[in-house]
Order: sequence, then structure tokens, then C-alpha cells
Amino acid sequence: MNVQTPPEKLTAKDFATDQEVRWCPGCGDYAILKAVQRTLADMQVDPEQTVFVSGIGCAARFPYYMETYGFHTIHGRSPTIATGVKLANPDLDVWVVGGDGDMLSIGGNHTMHALRRNVDMQILLFNNEIYGLTKGQYSPTSQTGTRSPSTPYGSVDRPVSAAQFALGAGGRFIARSADILQKHLPVVLQRAYENKGASFVEIFQNCIVYNDGVFKHFTEKGAQADMQIHVEHGKPLIFGAESSKGLRMKQGLLELEVVTIGEDGVTEADILLHDETNRPLAMLLAAMQPPAFPVALGVLYCAPAPTYDGAVHDQINTIKSEKGDGDFDKLLHRGHTWEV
Amino acid sequence: MSEVSALERPEEKRDEVESAVVRFAGDSGDGMQLTGTQFTLTAALAGNDLATFPDFPAEIRAPAGTTFGVSAFQINFGARKIMTSGDELDVLVVMNPAALITNLADVKLGGIVIADTGAFTDRNLAKAGYDANPLEEGDSLDKYRVIKIDMSRLTVEAVKEFGLSNKEALRSKNMWALGLIYWMYGRRRQASVDWLNDKFAKNTDIAAANIAALNAGHAFGETAEMPAEIGGYSIPPAQIEPGLYRTVTGTDSIALGLLKGTQLANVDLTFCSYPITPASALLHQFAAMKEFGVVTFQAEDEIAAVGAAIGASYAGSLGITSSSGPGIALKMEAIGLAIATELPLIIVNSQRAGPSTGLPTKTEQSDLYQAVFGRNADAPMPVISVSSSTDGFDVAIEAVRLATKFMTPVMLLTDGYLANASEPWLIPDMSKYEPFEVEFRTDPEDFQPFSRDPETLARPWVKPGTPQLAHRIGGIERADGSGHISYAPENHQKMTDLRAAKIDGIANDIPEQEIDQGEIGDDLVVVGWGSTYGPINRAVSNMRLEGLKVAHVHLRYIWPLPRNLGDLLGGFDQVLVPEMNNGQLVTLLRAQYLVPAEGFNKVNGKPFLINELETAIRSRLEK
Repeated sequence: MNVQTPPEKLTAKDFATDQEVRWCPGCGDYAILKAVQRTLADMQVDPEQTVFVSGIGCAARFPYYMETYGFHTIHGRSPTIATGVKLANPDLDVWVVGGDGDMLSIGGNHTMHALRRNVDMQILLFNNEIYGLTKGQYSPTSQTGTRSPSTPYGSVDRPVSAAQFALGAGGRFIARSADILQKHLPVVLQRAYENKGASFVEIFQNCIVYNDGVFKHFTEKGAQADMQIHVEHGKPLIFGAESSKGLRMKQGLLELEVVTIGEDGVTEADILLHDETNRPLAMLLAAMQPPAFPVALGVLYCAPAPTYDGAVHDQINTIKSEKGDGDFDKLLHRGHTWEV
Repeated sequence: MSEVSALERPEEKRDEVESAVVRFAGDSGDGMQLTGTQFTLTAALAGNDLATFPDFPAEIRAPAGTTFGVSAFQINFGARKIMTSGDELDVLVVMNPAALITNLADVKLGGIVIADTGAFTDRNLAKAGYDANPLEEGDSLDKYRVIKIDMSRLTVEAVKEFGLSNKEALRSKNMWALGLIYWMYGRRRQASVDWLNDKFAKNTDIAAANIAALNAGHAFGETAEMPAEIGGYSIPPAQIEPGLYRTVTGTDSIALGLLKGTQLANVDLTFCSYPITPASALLHQFAAMKEFGVVTFQAEDEIAAVGAAIGASYAGSLGITSSSGPGIALKMEAIGLAIATELPLIIVNSQRAGPSTGLPTKTEQSDLYQAVFGRNADAPMPVISVSSSTDGFDVAIEAVRLATKFMTPVMLLTDGYLANASEPWLIPDMSKYEPFEVEFRTDPEDFQPFSRDPETLARPWVKPGTPQLAHRIGGIERADGSGHISYAPENHQKMTDLRAAKIDGIANDIPEQEIDQGEIGDDLVVVGWGSTYGPINRAVSNMRLEGLKVAHVHLRYIWPLPRNLGDLLGGFDQVLVPEMNNGQLVTLLRAQYLVPAEGFNKVNGKPFLINELETAIRSRLEK
């Protein structure tokens, strides 16, 4: 073995490979890549214990640009390959990266099962509501009426909400951010990394070529304050340019409403506090859509539970301690044997 | 329980026979598989060689009394080497009319049919499609020796003292039948008595009732209530290589071999599968091997299963997945990824009759094309096959050796027959198996993920987490050496050539093909693969005893083919390839060697009969 010199403090650059990044100029993926590299450097994560796994799509090129271990696999199947990596070596830190087509269309089933099993990994879903790599067809998250090469008269099917899907699948950590929120995104990524279990992060990402501006109604500078609410555990759900708007439960209904502090006798005390361990609340927050509601960003839900990979190995260790290490010779002679 | 003597009937009244074929057939709920398994164990303990053929319906609880709910277990046991589960039945035990109508055609002329008259009710007769009771009317049974016994009533009487309900009491009638057949072949009951006491340890009344039924069936034969012309038989022990034996199914031997293989390779085993008949038993076996550190993963679907296996291999464990034909089809894209990224992986295919759902519980060997050719693009991988229930052990070890030595997925072909059929197995001496320990790459000096071993052309296997070796792999074409994405035309040509050369080169690593029987220059060679080994071996040896010049070559390696196979086949005028498919290996051989090979094919869900093969061979020799 070579004697390792103690590593110097890692910077974002240490997480970048020498490969030329091949996304379209102006693609939101660049900002996400930067945020991930910066976050990993900030946390001084060991690149050699880190594995990025992806499927197919623009987002799925991600591993080639990360100076860690990486596996660019096949369409929709990245959660399965990542699950296998964790089963074989639970000590590795696994990140799964994919787009809305990869993880909610062809791979929706695997995303669901990785979440409900609570495999210890970070799942980053870059949602741009379009198929980029296949040149612009509508995706399962596209709004009804999306015009695309495969829907020239507008799509007629209704979209899936990524965060609601993840909650419904039994995910224990559901968060949201956006490519352009360079202060917010690293905080969310760090929370995802720190959560033990499947951490699902939906990142609204602009496709500059095929779906430019699809999120601008809540991501543009002028719209951010009124159309985004950054949720934080234990803090009131307040938003707006003057921090005067808030969310509260409609009396007698399982419904949220937007109210203005100082109007109709509403005070800050009336505003709901965010409780990230409250699943029904997370579902309501995930469902909010402009213009009636702001888009909820941040950690919508975090209620850690035992991980699948941990449970699998705990069970093996328990059985080993009960039965002792397996003896192949005994196994070979199990059942009836007879001498001839 | 008291020890029961082996032969309660005087020995001189027993006819000694060389071998016998017995089939128990009844309703799915009649316990025929258990009965057959017990008879198998007892035959093995008596020193016979044997082969079994469990045949059961796809339906879990088919309606009672129906023809599609019939479950059967056949055993061929004898004083000589037994190669198949037997062409024709010497004894057929039927527990109801449906079992009679579906199995009678397999009984040899003059064979014995034992029927439970108690189950031949009007209702059961109608369900089986009989207008009249064949035991009473008509001539359908004239060619056989029929023994009519009201086993139902006799069982209920035998277990009366245990206070069971009529329904519970009737559950023991399979043991009554077993007892009778034990008497017929002079078999000891003790092993089954022990087994019943063990199985029903918590319910001693049920154990006692079953034992009482077993003893009553035996006593029925012993006290000469049998027709005078039917005496007992005796089958002496076979000349079997001395040593310690157990029985194994193909599933058992493959599971043991895969585990042993990973131990010899010194890698962890991660088994990822999705339930499918007849492959699920392998998942069940590994799931019970946790004390060996085996990780099992019941995935959400076939694709997730192979995906997780690939992920496990990438992480430095040996990923193994298992399925049957339709499930293998679903896995193929991912197998292509493992070929492209050159990761070890084992795919076990327990073939069944198809296409589509086909006959899920019936055997076939029709996935050879799928295994060798069934992927998009030029995607070669080794394919090896299991030829008997015991052969799985060595073949599975070989699969692990090839996968880890050559950094490639390996397809291991078995089939529904081998998965369930059991044979006695001389437990091998583990000290004779040489380790082939995997060397993971840890040296960062000049590391390139797609550099190659000059001899095997295998790339290095690196465990993520290894210092200074972080790298990326993926399904997009990789530059030779660095593994970076490369769209360069000349690189794709080179990588395609390298992938092919690596797999072709395996031919230099595997043994030359041997001739199982006969010699070059014989008039005809029968070339087989997989579970047809037994019937081909016996057919060829029978014909050679007649002085006919017939040879037998049986392939373990389907791809690449053994390096001498072309020359070997060229030494025969006629090449006959029997397969339980519509002609797949025969096409491969013709394509590879331009030999005039001829197929002999059948797909009725059952293994070849010896006489079918003899007839086919004879007709070619008489040309």
C-alpha cells in the first residue's frame, strides 16, 4: 500500500473532471453541477467513497463531470443499479441523478421502490418538464397543452407532480429547489446528504433549448418573492416581497389558504409553522401551484426511518451471530446423506 | 416407532427386476410431490440409482378433480445406472379419475395401474370427462393389470383412532399409497416414519395418523390382500461409485456451485431476482444462506433485479440474477450494459416452454438463440449449460470463474426439468477445487479503467472506494484505455473487435470437447446440450450394445464453442442434434462449421424418451 499524504482541503474544483462538459450553453444543468461540486467541497466529502449513478438523458451525463466514482447506466434504471451498489457496499455514498423522463417515465417504478425501501442515497431529479436529449418531446411532468414535436397540437394528458409522487411512494425525505437558486440549492443538497435514507430532491431546471422559461413565472427575479415560499422547519410559512403573506389552514378543511398579515385581523400568530415531520402538510405544500399559491421550496418532509441497505446487512449480521459463520461443508451435507 | 423389517414377504416370492418406473398421480392437493420425494429418498437409501420427474400444474390450487389440476411425480430407480426418469411406467398409482385419464397413455402394456376406487365418484368421473367408470365398464384398461383398492375408505379406517375429521383423515391417503408401493418393492418405511415424526413434531396426532396410513398400506400388501398374480419385486442396489451421497435437484447444485464459486474467487455474492416459475427456487435457496454473508434482493421487476446485480458487481461483489425465458428477455438491455462496461455478472436462465408465458411449469430448451444472439448490437457473451441435476455444481463454479477472469456477464442455461428433478450425488471432495482468487486493482500507477490484460483481454476490476482510482464508466462507447466517452469511428471498431476477441478467446481457456461415447469415424454422432444428456446417453449406449456405430457428444460450452468442435464433427458422416426446441443448436453448428447437421426436435413440455431417440437414430442409420 502506498502511504497516503493527508489530503489538503478540497475545493469545488477537486470535484470536477477534465472532461469537457457537453450541455447546451445556458443549460440549467451547469448551475446544478456547480452547486453539487461546491456542496461536496464544503462538506469535505471523500470523493473516493462517493459514487454518482445516472440513467439516460441530458442530466444523466452528470457522473462524467464529477471527479468521483461514477456509472452512467441505462434509461430509467439508475435507482436499481444504485441499490445494488449500496447492497454490495453500504459504506459508499451514492448519488442518483436523472431527469423527469428517466425517473418518472421509463424509470418511475424503480424510483418508487427505491423511495419506499428507503435505500440510503440522494436522488436528484432535474425536472425541466421536457425530453431534451431526444429533442424536445413532452414529458410526464409537462403541463397539459404542451406543444412539442410529438404533441404539435398540445399534449392532452395530465402531468405527474414529482414531489407528490415521491411522498406517495413513501419517501422519507422530500425537498425542492431550483437551478438558479445558488444559495438555496446547496443548503437543500446538504440536508439531503445528511439524511440517512432515500433523499429525494426535485430541482426545477430550465431547458434553454426546448422548454425555455417554463418555470419563469416563479423563478424570475421579479416573481421569486411572491411565487416562492422557502419552507424551514419550525418557522412560520411566510413569503412575499414584504414577508407579509403566509399560509394557514382553512377553518374546518384540509386545505391551505394564502393570507396577508395585517389584513382581516390576520396576525403572524395565525400563520402555520412548518413541521417537516408532518406528512399531510408536506403533501399540501407539494401540491401548491401558482398563481393561487407560491411554489414550496426547501425540505418539505424529513422523517428518517431505517434504511433498506442497513436492514439487509443487520439481518445478515444477526443471523451470522446466531448461527455462526456459514460452513460450506455443512451445507453440502445438509439433509439426508447415505454411504454407498 | 418400531423398526420395520425390510422385506416382510419371503424373498423367494419377490421377482428381482433391474429397474422400475413408478408414477404417483393425483390431485394437486393429494400430496403427490411429497409422496414421490419420500419414495425417492427411500430408493436412494436402498442403494438404487435413480432419476425423478416431478410434473405439476401451473395453477396453485386448481379445482379438485379436474384434469388440469393433476400433479404427478415419476421416479425411475434401479440396480443399474439410471439416465432418465423413464420412458414408460411399470406402475401408475392414480388417486382419482382425472389422474387416470391424463396418465394412462404412459403406462407400458401389461403395466400395473393402482386406482383409489373411493375417488371414482360420479362427480369426479364427470370432471375427468368419463361417461362411465373405466374401472367397471369398457375396455380402456384391458391392456393393463388394474388393482382397484378403496384407499380412501381404508385410510379413514386406519386413522380412525386419532379422531380426525373425514377430510383430515383423507389427507393421509397418499401415505397409504406410499406404504403399498413400499411393500411392492420391499422398501423400509423407517426413513419416512422419521420424516413424518419430524415434519409433524408439533402435531403428533397428524404424524401418528400418517404413519398409521403408511403402515396400513404396507400391511395391505403384506397380508396378501393383493391379487395373486401381483407379487412383490426386489431391485438390488446399483453398482454405484462408493462414497457419501445426497440427492440434489438442478436448483440445489447450481446454488451450491455459485456459492462455492464465489468462495473460490474470494468475492461476495449478491443475488438479485424477481420471482418466476421455475426459477424462483434459486432465490429461495440463497435467501436462506444469510450466514454465508449472501445478500439477496427480491427486486420490483426483472430489470431491477439485473440492474441491482450489475450495481453489486460494479461495487466489487459478484452480482447474480436468475429468471426464466420471458424474464431474461426483460433483462437483455441491462446485460448489454454489463457487456459494454465489462463487468462480471451471472445470469441463470431456467428455461421453460414459450414464447410469452407459454407453459410455465413445463420444460424446454428454446432460449439458446436468446442466450447467444438475443441482444441489440454486437454483444457477445459466454453461454454455458447444465446437463444434469448434479452437473449444476461444476457448471456454476465455471460460470463464476469465467465471469471474474474475463470480466464478462455469463449466461448459465438450465431448464424447468433440471430445476425440479433430483438425482443422487456423490458429494464431491472440496479440496480438489482450486481457488481462482480475484485480484482487484488497487495500484494507481498507470491506471486506466479500460486497459487490458494481454492474455485474457479483461479490463481491471476496481472497487469504488479504492484510493486514487476514481473513474467513470458507462454505456456510451468508451475510449480504448481511458474509458472516456468516445464517438470516434475507429475506436468503436476497435472496441467492438476487442469485445468479440475477448469472448472468442475463452475457447482457449476451456477444455477441448470430448466424445462422451463412441469415436471419430462412427456412422453418426448425436450432439446434445443441456438436460437431454440422460436420454441421449442411454439411447446411444443401448445402440452401441447392439453393435451400431453411434457416438455421443454433449456440449457444456455453447458460446464460445470448444476450439476443436469443428474438427471433431467433421469426423462423422452424420450429425444428429436432438433438442427440446425447434432447432437452435443445430443452426448454430451449421453456421459455425458448415456441417450437414440435422435437427431432431420436440416441444411437448416433456423430456425426450429413450425410445424416441433410438427410433430417430435408427432411421438415419438405415438411410
